[in-house]
Amino acid sequence: MKGHLLAISDLTRAELEEVLDVTDTMVEVSGRSIPKVPALRGRTVVSLFYEDSTRTRLSFDTAAKRLSADTMSFAVSSSSVNKGESVRDTIETIEAMGIDAVVVRHCSSGVPAQIAAWTNAVVVNAGDGWHQHPTQALLDAYTIRSHTGSLDGLRIGIVGDVKHSRVARSDIEAFTALGAHVTLVAPPTLLPPSVAPWQVDVSHSLDDVLGELDVCYLLRMQRERMSEALVPSLREYTALFGLTSARADRLGKDALIMHPGPMNRGVEIAGEVADRPNAVITEQVANGVAVRMAVLFLLLGPGRHALPPTGDPSSAGAASADDTTTEERP
Amino acid sequence: MSATNGPVRTVLKGGTVLDATGERRADVLLEGDRILAVDEGLDAPVVLDASGCLVAPGLVDLHTHLRQPGREDAETVESGSRAAALGGYTAVLAMPNTTPAIDCAAVVREVLELGRASLVDVHTSGAITVGRAGEQLAPMAEMAALGVRIFTDDGTGVQDDRLMRRAFEYASGLGVTLAQHCEVSALSEGTCMHEGEWSARLGLPGQPAEAEELMVMRDIALARLTGARAHFLHLSTAGSVAMVAAAKAGGLPVTAEAAPHHFTLTDACCASYDATFKVHPPLRGDADVAAVAAGLAEGTIDAIATDHAPHPPEDKERPFDQAPPGMLGLEYALALALTQLVDGGTGMTEADVLARLSWQPAAIAGMERHGRPVAAGEPANLCVVDPSVRWTIDASGGASLSRNVPYVGRTVRGKVRHTVVDGEAVVVDGEAQR
Repeated sequence: MKGHLLAISDLTRAELEEVLDVTDTMVEVSGRSIPKVPALRGRTVVSLFYEDSTRTRLSFDTAAKRLSADTMSFAVSSSSVNKGESVRDTIETIEAMGIDAVVVRHCSSGVPAQIAAWTNAVVVNAGDGWHQHPTQALLDAYTIRSHTGSLDGLRIGIVGDVKHSRVARSDIEAFTALGAHVTLVAPPTLLPPSVAPWQVDVSHSLDDVLGELDVCYLLRMQRERMSEALVPSLREYTALFGLTSARADRLGKDALIMHPGPMNRGVEIAGEVADRPNAVITEQVANGVAVRMAVLFLLLGPGRHALPPTGDPSSAGAASADDTTTEERP
Repeated sequence: MSATNGPVRTVLKGGTVLDATGERRADVLLEGDRILAVDEGLDAPVVLDASGCLVAPGLVDLHTHLRQPGREDAETVESGSRAAALGGYTAVLAMPNTTPAIDCAAVVREVLELGRASLVDVHTSGAITVGRAGEQLAPMAEMAALGVRIFTDDGTGVQDDRLMRRAFEYASGLGVTLAQHCEVSALSEGTCMHEGEWSARLGLPGQPAEAEELMVMRDIALARLTGARAHFLHLSTAGSVAMVAAAKAGGLPVTAEAAPHHFTLTDACCASYDATFKVHPPLRGDADVAAVAAGLAEGTIDAIATDHAPHPPEDKERPFDQAPPGMLGLEYALALALTQLVDGGTGMTEADVLARLSWQPAAIAGMERHGRPVAAGEPANLCVVDPSVRWTIDASGGASLSRNVPYVGRTVRGKVRHTVVDGEAVVVDGEAQR
């Protein structure tokens, strides 16, 4: 992986698998009594969140700290942005302080791509508009792989508001690149105007596809969609597309139930279903830190071969960084 | 300076005259603001070399955002007129979405006054409704009395059916033309590009072609009802072109224009999230681009109009969904037309392109001193174009105060050598003279 992480489609299958492989190591690091390695010592990672997201910001912040990076948080709500400063001026100001990476969340699609053109720092997209949330897709793929060993040939249903979902766009690209068959399950009003960019099937009935799924991935249903006349009511949405207890019973025993959070219990997922053993929603959150460690390490670190050997915490870090100079890839 | 025996004479020497009457080898002798003679072997004290060039009536832009009054940081009448002259234009029609809007005699007078000091002949449109708010008819008669012939709320379409019907009826009594920016806001609000594969992939809210087409359909119906003249601004979809073709075949007094970007660029350009490619109506898909070019070739679309829409970099660097729509066009339209339409296999000739850039738009706007034949006694509003020059469009934005150029790096054919406005050579050898 090189450069920035703006969209899943920027990555080859090999690069996706590399992130997942490195994540294995980071999970191991996270399980140590002192879950910290010096891999990014001296590097500075800034989070620039134009949209509130405590969980993603904390996840990135924790990931950076476990790699010993210095972290800064640019709190947009209390900053010069409120005084009308442009994104470009903000990023140039932050960059002048000396940074290595900026983790960006913005409500408008494309802002991380714009920022990447204005800075020499590595840009990591932490969610932009309806466009992409690549680390979410990576942690989702990692979570699935940790249960199934591989995504090859898996049948994954992504259910709900695909149209407005950056999670869905990222997941579609990650899952299909890793060999899974993806079916989008939604009423036509909640699908993108075209699905031609992707290799997916479409269904307007959850009941039709439920029995075949290896993974049932539920998207958050936002209440404002009702006022846009996209669905008549939450009640009708739940009746047709909610993972109710009865529907969850029809899933295969080993089928995984996933959700990016935060959940609307009782809407897209029944409260009881979210707590079933095959619902891996909290695992997704836990894996989020390790995946983000892997991403930051691969984008900022000395190279994958400099990774601390699994199970040997004492040798982690700076010593192995020396290897990189001789083994630099062309 | 002035000669004892009358005004200084200038000759455009060695070119090929091309106008609505045809094409012929001839020099063009100018005196004062008139053409004195068109013949071979003419001479004068001042010689402008036209060898290898087409000498044609000056271009006429039906759709220019000069941004004055209100956004003099983006463009002024003066800077926009310089860009126009460099693009071969001798007349432009200013759009009324200024601040304040050009919706009454006072603002019309201000723009015309600014235009008198500029490099080209500046005409202005007037708003159909007060403040372009779509609620109350603007005083069209007082603006028409100052010479306004085209009324439009450009930047937005008049949404209300009843109000638009009344506007058509009222306009027909004044003998003026209503020009519509066709966009049904209920289908376009909150959108920033064309709805399709690219908007799906990019996660940007899109508007369907039907947002434009529904208003084209309505206005054709209202033109039929009222008998008023309707002009369709910047058509961008295959469906719109087909409806206008049918309306014309049915004998309705409708005309239409298309912008260079709509026969050159597609919505795939938005993949960079560079808001330079954001424009209303939005860049469409390949089929629509082909339909617009075909509409121009078949004559369904009467005019190429730039929709020159300057915005300063700080506005265009905002997030794609928040940036203002619009792109520059005045200095690129002719070369894009020659490259995309003549060389692009639509069957159009250089004469066809000039018809759509000069005499046809002049007729639509009632500009009697422009788009005239190149003949003795006619006003000396001319452009001299070297059609063989290939050049690469740069990011400078030319004479515009803005730099929102969506064609950077594109190699095009055809360069303006001289532009003559009312007998004054305002552009000589590709350089503005003031």
